[in-house]
Amino acid sequence: MPHISIRNLNVTYDGHPALRDVSVDLPDGQITVIIGPSGCGKTTLLRCCNRLIDLTEGARVSGSVLIDGANILDPSADLLALRKKTGYLAQKPYPLPMSIYDNVAYGPRLHGMRDRRQLDQIVERCLRASSLWEEVRARLRKPAAKLSVGQQQRLCLARALAVEPEVLLGDEATSALDPLSAQLVEKRLIELRGRYTIVLVTHILRQARRLADYVLFLYLGELVEHGPAAEVFANPRDARTQAYLAGEVS
Amino acid sequence: MDRRRLEEAVFKALMLLSLGMLAASLGWVLLTVLVRGLPALTLEMITQIPRGGFYLGGEGGVLNAITGSLCLALGATAAALLLALPIVFFLQREYGGGSRLAALTQLSLDVMWGIPSIVYGAFGFAVMMYLGLRASLLGGIIALCLVELPIMARAMHEVVKMVPVELKESSYALGATRLETAARVVWRHALPGLLTAVMLAFGRGIGDAASVLFTAGYTDNLPSSLNEPVASLPLAVFFLIGTPFAKVQQRAYASGAILLVMVLLLSIGARMLARRHQAYVQR
Amino acid sequence: MSRGFRDRAAAAVMGAIALSCLLLAFGIAVALVLKSRPILATTPIGRLLFSSSWRPSRGDFGFYPFIIGTLWVSGLAMAFAIPICLLGAIYLSEYANSRLRAAAKPLLDMLAGIPPVVFGLWGVLGIVPLVSKLGTRLGSFTTGYSVLAGGIVLAVMVFPIIVSVTEEVLRKVPQEVREASLSLGATRWQTTKHVVLKAAFPGVFAAIILGFSRAFGETMAVLMVVGNVAIIPKSVLDPAYPLPALIANNFGEMMSVPLYDSALMFAALLLLAVVLVFNVLATLVLHAVERRIA
Repeated sequence: MPHISIRNLNVTYDGHPALRDVSVDLPDGQITVIIGPSGCGKTTLLRCCNRLIDLTEGARVSGSVLIDGANILDPSADLLALRKKTGYLAQKPYPLPMSIYDNVAYGPRLHGMRDRRQLDQIVERCLRASSLWEEVRARLRKPAAKLSVGQQQRLCLARALAVEPEVLLGDEATSALDPLSAQLVEKRLIELRGRYTIVLVTHILRQARRLADYVLFLYLGELVEHGPAAEVFANPRDARTQAYLAGEVS
Repeated sequence: MDRRRLEEAVFKALMLLSLGMLAASLGWVLLTVLVRGLPALTLEMITQIPRGGFYLGGEGGVLNAITGSLCLALGATAAALLLALPIVFFLQREYGGGSRLAALTQLSLDVMWGIPSIVYGAFGFAVMMYLGLRASLLGGIIALCLVELPIMARAMHEVVKMVPVELKESSYALGATRLETAARVVWRHALPGLLTAVMLAFGRGIGDAASVLFTAGYTDNLPSSLNEPVASLPLAVFFLIGTPFAKVQQRAYASGAILLVMVLLLSIGARMLARRHQAYVQR
Repeated sequence: MSRGFRDRAAAAVMGAIALSCLLLAFGIAVALVLKSRPILATTPIGRLLFSSSWRPSRGDFGFYPFIIGTLWVSGLAMAFAIPICLLGAIYLSEYANSRLRAAAKPLLDMLAGIPPVVFGLWGVLGIVPLVSKLGTRLGSFTTGYSVLAGGIVLAVMVFPIIVSVTEEVLRKVPQEVREASLSLGATRWQTTKHVVLKAAFPGVFAAIILGFSRAFGETMAVLMVVGNVAIIPKSVLDPAYPLPALIANNFGEMMSVPLYDSALMFAALLLLAVVLVFNVLATLVLHAVERRIA
């Protein structure tokens, strides 16, 4: 059973179409990478999956996005529970204005966790899972703003993991990082595969080739082609996909 | 060619002259009041209330006015804070942001910002007359709150507007509600600016005379209850300087110096506080 | 109480507070109008505004001298302030380095934060004697408590608002516009004069209006230096009696003379009306400027 099913998704911004009639199933427990030239709707598609699209002015959404069978675009859907299920990594890391510990504990605390020892365990577990534990274990109470950009992005990953999501969404999550940090984050994501369904947006084709199990190619809002990474990269069927992969369109 | 450069040089000189005049006016005001006021300042002035005949040359001090102003300003600032903060959060996109109500509220705040404090005083007085109340600490607090509210709200709005939307999205993406995001993330990021706004309004509250003139009354006693009239420093200065006795006028200068020093300390303190809290805020 | 419920409840409370703020603004205008009704019922508004006869005990309430007094003092203040503030703001925006700009900001803030009564003190101690000496030099006697003293003190009080709004508006002019002019060989001053100021003109105009509005309503400082004599000033060395000072000085007698309180409330309403018109105008202009740039 596919984890995420998208059916007839249409998004317009102030009347301009950003996504046209997108329908696809995203496989469970795998890394799906959305590729395409800039402005083609990749981020829009991603933001529909955790309804961050609601926050964008002038956005009109129709169609359905089913996670575990339930349509999250339904107005009556439990938004808070949905957002707990989907973790989000933005391009630029935004640590919350609090200590490193509090950043990671923020999510669990929101959803009611109070027990000190449990929080400690979660914080350590998530920081380990994002490869940050060793670097910060001695200064958990210091402001998170003092970390380097690469560390901050790993902190955001830990923060996202702390609410025990099922899905991880990443919007160009390594684009703002130095190569070393980017590598670290990529390694983490690969290791998290299986336990989580991961959907990534990237404009770096090499990154897509490294990480993807499943590929979606978007062009001008249309889902042109999708399939297992090996197939799409080796034998793209559509001419536009071929052109993009060959580096002609960017 | 020469004329162009000459014109530029002339205007540049005029501009620098203007800047000099701006700076000089500040210096002149500070110096005049402090130089005439500080020497006339005695311990008695700040520790005693007026005794009999104080306004004619008798003993006493302006402790009644100092404490009165502090009470008025504290009350008014607290009340304004309770109103300004919710309004400013309401004006964010995710609450009432683009709605008609928000636009009208924004407009009314802008308008209220420009209303002279004497009009607030007159309004407060009219309301008090209608309700049969007399001049009191409470009346003064309400009128002063009306003066402080638009100032505080405007300063806070600027700060909250600047909170990056991505920061708020990070919180929403974790499943937080608007209230939780506001109460745990937004206010922390905006804290230095919010504190500055509060202190700005407080400073205005200590220094304003026109609004408390009708509504708070005046008394020689220390503030005792919300229903009694209360003295204020600006009015103390005003009353003292109106007398023909030189000795009493000295007291006016001293009171003015006290008021000025209080306001200056407040603004320096606000700046320092804001800088200390920058550590938790990125960018 | 679920989290969602708490969120919606909080939003409702915030909306209610915003609404009451709106109603409050209305309420102030309404209250003043209501309190002015008695005097408007007995005296035609033409007489109120244009008669010079001010004899409250006889029921004569002619506000003309006070209106003129206010205009004289505010107008003079603007005459001083506009050139100084514009030139200063232009320098800060177009010529000054960031260090100077950073130093100017706290100075302007400090000036803006000084209580009006302290400005009045400075006026009494520093300006009034100077004006008196000036009068003697010019051969016309004056105590120093005059329109001129009021104008100077008011000018200094409105410096911060005009400078800061003007500077903000000038900075909003896009850098590309300046670069286009400079790359054609214009000097910085020519660029400022012909391009930047022209582009920023509505905003600068709004800044001036805001300054005038502030000057119009200032009570305490002016009260202390302007003389408070209900005449129509013939020169800047004459005393005057601006509207806010009238209200402030006479509230004590308000209750003892019939219609006096209504007359003073009418004066407050006049002030409110003028300031309202100016402020709304200036705000609309500034918003339009913002939208044009965005």
